[in-house]
Amino acid sequence: MTANLRIERVEISLGERRLIDLSATVAPGAVLTVMGPSGSGKSTLLAYIAGFLEPPFRAKGRIFIGEREITDLPANERRTGLLFQDPMLFPHMSVGDNLLFAIAAGGGHRQRRGIAEAALAEAGLDGFFDRDPATLSGGQAARTALMRVLVSQPQALLLDEPFSRLDADLRGQIRAFVFAEAVERRLPVLLVTHDEADARAAGGPVVVLE
Amino acid sequence: MPTRPPLPVALAVAPALAIAVLAAPVGFGLIATVLPAFGWFPALGGETLSLAPWRELLATPGLWRSAAISLAAGLLTTAAALAAVIAFVAGWSHTRAFRAIQHLISPLLSVPHAAAAFGIAFLIAPSGWLMRLVSPELTGFARPPDWLIVNDPWGLAMMAGLLVKELPFLFLVTLAALPQVRSHLHVRTAASLGYGRIAGFVLTAWPLTYPQIRLAVFAVIAYASSAVDVAIILGPTRPAPLAVRLVEWMNDPDLAMRFKASAGALLQLGLTATAILLWVGGERIAAVLLRRLCRSGRRFRREGPARLAAAAVVTAAAAAVFAGLAVLALWSFAGYWSFPDAVPRTLTLDIWRRELPGLTRPLAVTVGIGLAATALAVAIALACLERESRTGERVRGRSPYILYLPLLVPQVSFVFGMQLAFLLAGIGASILAVVLAHLVFVLPYVLLSLSDPWHALDPRYARVAASLGAGAGLVFWRVRLPMLAAAILVGAAVGFAVSIGQYLPTLLIGAGRWPTVTTEAVALASGGDRRVIGVYAFVQMLLPFLGFMIATLVPAVAFMRRRDMRPAGA
Repeated sequence: MTANLRIERVEISLGERRLIDLSATVAPGAVLTVMGPSGSGKSTLLAYIAGFLEPPFRAKGRIFIGEREITDLPANERRTGLLFQDPMLFPHMSVGDNLLFAIAAGGGHRQRRGIAEAALAEAGLDGFFDRDPATLSGGQAARTALMRVLVSQPQALLLDEPFSRLDADLRGQIRAFVFAEAVERRLPVLLVTHDEADARAAGGPVVVLE
Repeated sequence: MPTRPPLPVALAVAPALAIAVLAAPVGFGLIATVLPAFGWFPALGGETLSLAPWRELLATPGLWRSAAISLAAGLLTTAAALAAVIAFVAGWSHTRAFRAIQHLISPLLSVPHAAAAFGIAFLIAPSGWLMRLVSPELTGFARPPDWLIVNDPWGLAMMAGLLVKELPFLFLVTLAALPQVRSHLHVRTAASLGYGRIAGFVLTAWPLTYPQIRLAVFAVIAYASSAVDVAIILGPTRPAPLAVRLVEWMNDPDLAMRFKASAGALLQLGLTATAILLWVGGERIAAVLLRRLCRSGRRFRREGPARLAAAAVVTAAAAAVFAGLAVLALWSFAGYWSFPDAVPRTLTLDIWRRELPGLTRPLAVTVGIGLAATALAVAIALACLERESRTGERVRGRSPYILYLPLLVPQVSFVFGMQLAFLLAGIGASILAVVLAHLVFVLPYVLLSLSDPWHALDPRYARVAASLGAGAGLVFWRVRLPMLAAAILVGAAVGFAVSIGQYLPTLLIGAGRWPTVTTEAVALASGGDRRVIGVYAFVQMLLPFLGFMIATLVPAVAFMRRRDMRPAGA
């Protein structure tokens, strides 16, 4: 079920400027950290892998999850779970509905709700199903966002500076939680950050962009 | 690069449809005006091109006076309204008074022109409420004086009526543009260099803001120089402003008058174009003056009187509309109310009871047309915007002029032609034709009001949804649509209000067969039974208000338990 995330000679450029030139393989449960200052194109790399790259950026190269090539798939068929700086919980849905939105269609309502409740419990959010996302603390929202990605059963995790908005003491805790979940589910993780501590905590190889 | 799934047909054709709605009626309408203006209209026996319509037009007594009043109304009211808005925004932004007055002004936008004009008439007429308030104590009048205040030959009452409606429009358009140019930063910088509030704003933020609202200003000029309903209610009569006379000729039982009316419609087009060109000349001069002031280094710190004057004008305009509407409502419930009593001796429901049976059909027609035109406009606007989001191509960026086209060309100069075009298409005078005619004017406002909130929605929500596996359709229905529900409903309320306010297209395209609350109210203007006018104008004012109320209440209730879905500042 789990597989490598393989980035094969991906080149991204903006006009004449080459931003990214990368080949890498991320094993299940491992984290590849991409570091660089803002404007170095690290978020652009994530956008390309997730299927959101827009002009004026141009890109070539291929991306695989296991043997499945996702380079030309629409974003919603790639199964690349995406986490941003902000939790981006849908403000018009309850916490539980945010999770139900992510769970693949099919199964009875009771079964789907069971999956969502179990995920919330795993994140220490028992009984939060009917809560308004606007009432969550920063840490609760971050955990909800992670559980929402996980219940969609992604085959890789793409993290776009997901800890940078959190308070210092919370940051370590959420980081450990995210990496632990990724290891447990054997998901390859691509982490984009400008925080050295993130890279150290991730423990895997680090690519530094200029 | 990922392959993009093909767009659903509705989205693929949306921009073309929008452009067709905005441009085709104006285009066909103008053609069908130009040909008869030069004598060609086979159905009426005009089979050769000639200048006879123009000779006839130019021989009309008082023509140039009519034209001059229209031109003056277009330029003067726009200049006055814009000056008041600039001074007010510059002098009072970020103050408590500003927010208070802002809340007072915003609802004025939804008041139909005709209702506002009636309200003004009921206030300032010799037998109006203001005169009653000071009579006989201050004036000694026991009977209304024989003064020509409403329908004055210089058109001052008409200009006042136009002004009180232009002010809120320009104010809200300006407010929307300010954040885009980050005006507060410039104003603060200027203030730290010692400039007064007004000078700092006018010299630094205004030159950046104005280009954003320029087309809206042109639309105001076009409207004011060709308004029919306000001119019928408040304007001079001998001679009337050009647009009013055109409508009279168009409705003349002598069909040959159509040739002259078409030539007149072209004259109106030239007149409005002249007004806009003169305005553009004024822009140049103002730009030179501003540059000089910038270089002179004068700080204009003593601005107290200017600030007060601006606040006074804006407040007075708002107060006049509110007071006028209140007097309208009072008249509709008035029993015996003789001059100079400030309030009626008795209140009664008799007038409402008497008018209600006759009101039912116009009310149903008004609401039906309004809902249909609004629904079509919202659907087209959403399809255009959703297509932009999916493809990344911006429709509006390419064609702001097309968006404004129906608002920049005077209604009278192409609605005649539109009427002919609908006749040729076999839907002349049908309710479908009236709905389509309304759609032409509703769509620009709906697109304008939806476009900013749509583009302000954080695109990462859609990306998160897609990476969770949601297809484009699901992202639209489950993410964008509900998140923007409040903005969409407000856009719909704006569209509905625009439709309610339409006078000329309803009258001409419907050939009088689809009476609305608005056409009935304006038709009452010459009769002068204040109680009946009160009933119709009150209903006319109430409909858009109800629209906005529903647009506010529905999302508030639906998202009662979702804090981040509440409108900012609430």
